[in-house]
Amino acid sequence: MLTDIIIVLSIMILGIGIGLLIGNRPKIIKITGVLTSFSIFLLLFLLGIGVGTNKQILNNLDSIGIQALVLTIGAVLGSLLCAYFTYILFFKKK
Amino acid sequence: MKGSLIILGFFILGLILGLTRFLPSSLLEGDFSIYALYLLMFLVGVGIGTDRGSWKVIREVNIKIILVPLSVITGSLLGVSAVSVLLSNISIGEAMAVGAGFGYYSLSSVIITEFHSDTLGVIALLSNIIREILTLLATPLFVKYFGKLAGIASGGATAMDTTLPIIVRYSGKEYAVIAVFSGIVLTILVPVIIPIILKFI
Repeated sequence: MLTDIIIVLSIMILGIGIGLLIGNRPKIIKITGVLTSFSIFLLLFLLGIGVGTNKQILNNLDSIGIQALVLTIGAVLGSLLCAYFTYILFFKKK
Repeated sequence: MKGSLIILGFFILGLILGLTRFLPSSLLEGDFSIYALYLLMFLVGVGIGTDRGSWKVIREVNIKIILVPLSVITGSLLGVSAVSVLLSNISIGEAMAVGAGFGYYSLSSVIITEFHSDTLGVIALLSNIIREILTLLATPLFVKYFGKLAGIASGGATAMDTTLPIIVRYSGKEYAVIAVFSGIVLTILVPVIIPIILKFI
């Protein structure tokens, strides 16, 4: 689990290093953007497969789903309110 | 919005293919998502490296940048604690463990399943998936009413990868580094905070 995080972060830092070396080349930046979109599509597609093949989730979707949704609404609303105050107090350009 | 719908379309396509088992078993059994994530992280890295504008932000914003993941942690934990009173079979501690996933559904659900129970693990998985999907779909609305940090706050740990494009689109490129920074801090803290919460409930 920690190894996963370290691997993922190292790969990103490698990417940043290569990006800094490449510098401001519009064509490469554009290709990077397109490839980023495709890898996001792929990840979401794979997530769909993961949920679709997980019997434990599918069989209890109703009660589990409602609890999950309520918790999400709480977490997101709380975060939005805290971030709103942080934005107004420290980030908004006067 | 069009981008979100395309992303959701891919998710639903995967869901249908998973449900109907209309896939070769090799694809179902192999875990490709980690490699796709590696590729994505590399591309996000290159994107950041080539973007000179973002590097200026980190110098201008300096120490204030720490406040962003702190707001997300405080807001998420207070928010789930508040709504946990509505849920009869979930304690405040359990709710906080789910909330401390910050959208990082794969890792948080595995940890919670391991340290607590399967059911809470699945709730964490769903809740944090919903958090990501909600961020992908509602960031334009969130930014309009809660300011430019809204997408980063809603996205939590996913602000560094899957929700980064939509955040950058609606808050501006100058928020990319803040989003990645906040996402990295939260991602690292997920496997730290969840076991601590579960230890004290």
